[in-house]
Amino acid sequence: MLENKDYKVIGTRPIRHDGVDKVTGRALYGADFHAAGLLHGRVLRSPHAHAKIIAIDTSRAEALPGVKAVVTAKDLPDAGDKVADLGEGAVNLKHLCDNILASDKVLYKGHAVAAVAATNPHVAEEACTLIDVEYEVLPPVLEVRQAMEPDAPLLHEHLRTTSLGETAAEPSNVASHIQHKLGDPEKGFAAADIIIEREFVTGTVHQGYIEPHNATAHYNADGQLTIWCSTQGAFTVREQVAEILQYPVSKIKVVPMEIGGGFGGKISVYIKPVAAMLAKKTGKPVKVLMNRAGVFEGTGPTPASFIRVKMGATKEGQLTAAQGYLAFEAGAYPGSPVGPGAMCIFAPYSIENVIIDGYDVVVNKPKTAPYRAPGAPNVAFGSETVLDEIAEKLGIDPLEIRLLNGAKAGDRRADGPVHPRIGFIETVEAAKAHPHYTAPNGKKHHGRGVASGYWFNIGLESSVTINVNSDGTINLIEGSTDIGGTRASIAMQAAEVLGIPAESVNPSVVDTNSVGYTAVTGGSRTTYATGYAAYEAAQDVKQQMIARAAKLWEVDEANVQFADGEFSSINGKEEQISFRDLCARLGETGGPVVGSGTVNPGGAGGAYATHVVDVAVDEETGKVDILRYTAVQDAGRAIHPSYVEGQIQGGAVQGIGWALNEEYIYNAEGEMTNASFLDYRMPTCLDLPMIDAVIVEVPNPGHPYGVRGVGEVPIVPPMAAIANAIYDAIGVRMRELPMSPDRVLKALGKI
Amino acid sequence: MARKSHVQTTINGETVEFLCEPRQSLLEVLRDELHLTGAKEGCNNGNCGACSVILDGRLVNSCLVLGVETEGKSVETIEGLAAPDKLHPIQDAFLENAALQCGICTPGFIMSAKALLDQNPNPTEHEVRYWLAGNLCRCTGYDKIVRAVLDAAAAD
Repeated sequence: MLENKDYKVIGTRPIRHDGVDKVTGRALYGADFHAAGLLHGRVLRSPHAHAKIIAIDTSRAEALPGVKAVVTAKDLPDAGDKVADLGEGAVNLKHLCDNILASDKVLYKGHAVAAVAATNPHVAEEACTLIDVEYEVLPPVLEVRQAMEPDAPLLHEHLRTTSLGETAAEPSNVASHIQHKLGDPEKGFAAADIIIEREFVTGTVHQGYIEPHNATAHYNADGQLTIWCSTQGAFTVREQVAEILQYPVSKIKVVPMEIGGGFGGKISVYIKPVAAMLAKKTGKPVKVLMNRAGVFEGTGPTPASFIRVKMGATKEGQLTAAQGYLAFEAGAYPGSPVGPGAMCIFAPYSIENVIIDGYDVVVNKPKTAPYRAPGAPNVAFGSETVLDEIAEKLGIDPLEIRLLNGAKAGDRRADGPVHPRIGFIETVEAAKAHPHYTAPNGKKHHGRGVASGYWFNIGLESSVTINVNSDGTINLIEGSTDIGGTRASIAMQAAEVLGIPAESVNPSVVDTNSVGYTAVTGGSRTTYATGYAAYEAAQDVKQQMIARAAKLWEVDEANVQFADGEFSSINGKEEQISFRDLCARLGETGGPVVGSGTVNPGGAGGAYATHVVDVAVDEETGKVDILRYTAVQDAGRAIHPSYVEGQIQGGAVQGIGWALNEEYIYNAEGEMTNASFLDYRMPTCLDLPMIDAVIVEVPNPGHPYGVRGVGEVPIVPPMAAIANAIYDAIGVRMRELPMSPDRVLKALGKI
Repeated sequence: MARKSHVQTTINGETVEFLCEPRQSLLEVLRDELHLTGAKEGCNNGNCGACSVILDGRLVNSCLVLGVETEGKSVETIEGLAAPDKLHPIQDAFLENAALQCGICTPGFIMSAKALLDQNPNPTEHEVRYWLAGNLCRCTGYDKIVRAVLDAAAAD
């Protein structure tokens, strides 16, 4: 399957196709959409973290001049007990609808309660303040261990724990309990010379995309609904809106505008169905924009978690057993990424005896949404810190203990799958060989730490159509919204097949009526799966072009070969024509050539990363500075190395923010007290050094060019790497995130 | 609703007249009244820099300036940076360094970098990082952005 040859386009660094539009301000993002007669929508949000809705009176808002419509949950179709199948697992439809507009209860501060459409955004905002909502305030549940207590206030009267296939009789905040077991953990721990068991706490953090959520919707008189929006997946918006509004997918067209970051947070819909409801009620296009506070308070953070990790090893450093207890906050409705967390926690290592228990727990915070390798950073903070402690106690170099125990092809992950060819060992070897690892680092309060991480990556459905132009270029039609340069990385794979330059491909991301089904831009799948579809579509074009050349030369198709952009005849006639020249002769050989490729590949290759970081800790203030950072990652094959480096650098920096600063800070009433970019402190460029991204290439056998996903795994190692570096600097083990100045001072016993 | 005011200003070298409510920010005027949507709203309270423009030679967050305040002033936005057939060197440097991923923060970074290089054509890496600290990027980790600005400075 794997093509193994010298590539002409793959591995080069062309200017991205959408680049000029994006540096000139011409690229149109969701909020930039404009239509004649446009109305503006705004959402009213709950001031309480937990309350019953007794009554909603919208009459004063409706009377305000300029207000055209007000909607509440009453305007949504009755969800009943229906379970919606959204492709990525079944979702309780009532939970889905209640998160769009609360019906009987509000479950977090910021929960949407009503929405207004008006002639002017300021009027819509004013109208929201005129909606009278009567609440019966309930005590909030704000932390996972508190929520698991038997006497904790309940968020959902009907929620019962599903544990290993059994459903409990009594209601609980614990939605589910999962378990993975491999070998005999008890025996494994008995064989250990050293056992370390530690507890870890991680805070609630946000994806932090710079572009707030947005949607413009319009209903035509014939019932056709069009939604223009920023999303990671136009088709998943179509599916979710269809389920929530109980409206056929065939009557919904979703037009993906450019998207200003997502990181997993722009898969779930929030205001898109609301815009559609307002558009239906008014008959006008309605644009709904979220403000930044709404983004923090009303959209998917990633879960806070409580994690206990126990690992045992022989005195030579061989791991004999590992145990993980993972309790994840799902937010207001079930569905935390505890499952992926449980898949990833010990996946870098070959350990014969493992047991992992995971709990999905509801609390009075926004419903969590995926965030870059969802679940994996939380658990790696625990496991990679414990492994560092084992290595230290045994006097073994932290990279050596990873080489000794590192997972290889044929090893079994605790949750079942056997690893295909993976590149974990190669990342550790590259980190060890990097000059950073042996550079002097002996200053007082300076420290160095390492950590590794795993993310499995996904495949899913993608479709690509290629239209061949008479001048030797191709138009490539795709359904994957481009968050970070994927127009280029997809186009380059088609260009490689056809022997044309990347610049001869014109990629377009189109609406749901204009391309085959394509799953979300997420799961590190886009360059892998949509790239695979582009490869298949280009192969289809190549075969059709071979037939055209055969027709032109009056030879059998089997006697035409294609190499380096040239068709030539073999076995007799001496004929040759370039791809470009043949493109000019399509009319006379049968008409236009259109190629298509559709995939749902099962061969997504897992990705590993190993990071090395130097820190300086200020013992007076507790502030931690990043002095040097090296991030090594197996990309399988780097199609466009600049954008692979960009993913690695960006992921590492999000991890640095999560490690050192970022968290939702709640008061006792469950109100987030830092819902702005001033107080929710994401890294700025002044907080950082250059990030040295090192690409290792261990080709994935499940892709023709060996691509693995690259987007997610770089966020997994930073928290533990930094914690290990802080220990190296000041001799204190940090086990709570973020490792902000106050926590560092507390750990030092200074406050 | 307050009566709208008539404002005359210069935007990217052209005289522009518009009507706006006193409460409308320059960002709203640019985006909603003049359809210059290159400046982006990321936070609307001066913390992300996505709406950066240059007002009378000074870098500002256009979300923190009122539209009526621009009377008689000169505004430079991302739309005015490139010549019809040639990008500005900072724009070229961003493309060549792959200094953008999603691109939403890019116009703000480019305007901010322009304001820096206008007054300090040869900044150090630290000066670039200090100056650009008012612009948030969540995708790139800033590495390639800082390199692009240093490259643009070297190219001039």
